Amino acid sequence: MAITWRKDIDKALDDARAQKRHVLLDFSAAPM
Amino acid sequence: MYPDERVARFIQDNFIPARIHVKDQAEDYRRYAQRYNAQWTPTLLVIDSQGTERHRIEGFLPADDLLAQLTLGLGHSAFVQERWDEAERRFREVVDRFPKTESAPEALYWAGVARYKGKGDVAALAETGREFTRRYQDSSWAKKASVWRS
Repeated sequence: MAITWRKDIDKALDDARAQKRHVLLDFSAAPM
Repeated sequence: MYPDERVARFIQDNFIPARIHVKDQAEDYRRYAQRYNAQWTPTLLVIDSQGTERHRIEGFLPADDLLAQLTLGLGHSAFVQERWDEAERRFREVVDRFPKTESAPEALYWAGVARYKGKGDVAALAETGREFTRRYQDSSWAKKASVWRS
C-alpha cells in the first residue's frame, strides 16, 4: 500500500479543517 | 520511505498525509519549517484540524516505535481537546499493541490521567501507579506515577 502524500500543504491543512482530520506533515530529505 | 504495510495503512487511515522535501520543495520547506520550527529531517508533525501541532517525531524510528508514536500523538491531540474517552483509548492502544516501545510507559501514564479526567475516577490514578510497580519500573513515567500509589 502506497501512501498518497500531498505536496500542497495549504490545501492539506484546509482539507483537514473541513474534514476535521489530522494532517501528518513530513519534513523529508529522503529520495522521492 | 515507510515500506511497512502497517505504517502505510495507519497513516492513510488516520491522517491527511503531506510531505515537504527539503531540496525539491525548498521554498515550501523554508516557509513551513519556520512556521513549525522544524530543524531536522525526518521530522513528522501530527497537526490537528485547526493547524496546531500536537505531537512531534524527530529522526528515524522502526515500524513499531513509529506506530506507537503516531498513536500517542493522536492520544495527546484528543487529550488537549478534552475528548477523554478517545484519548484513553489511544493511549491504551499504545500500551496494548506496542508494549515494548519507549512510548508505552508514557502512554500508560496518560491513559490513567485521561481516565481520571474523563470519569472523575481518582482510583484510576492509584491503579496506574500500581501498574507501574508491575511494568516499566525503570521509566521516568513510573517515578511520576509513584505519588499516586499513596
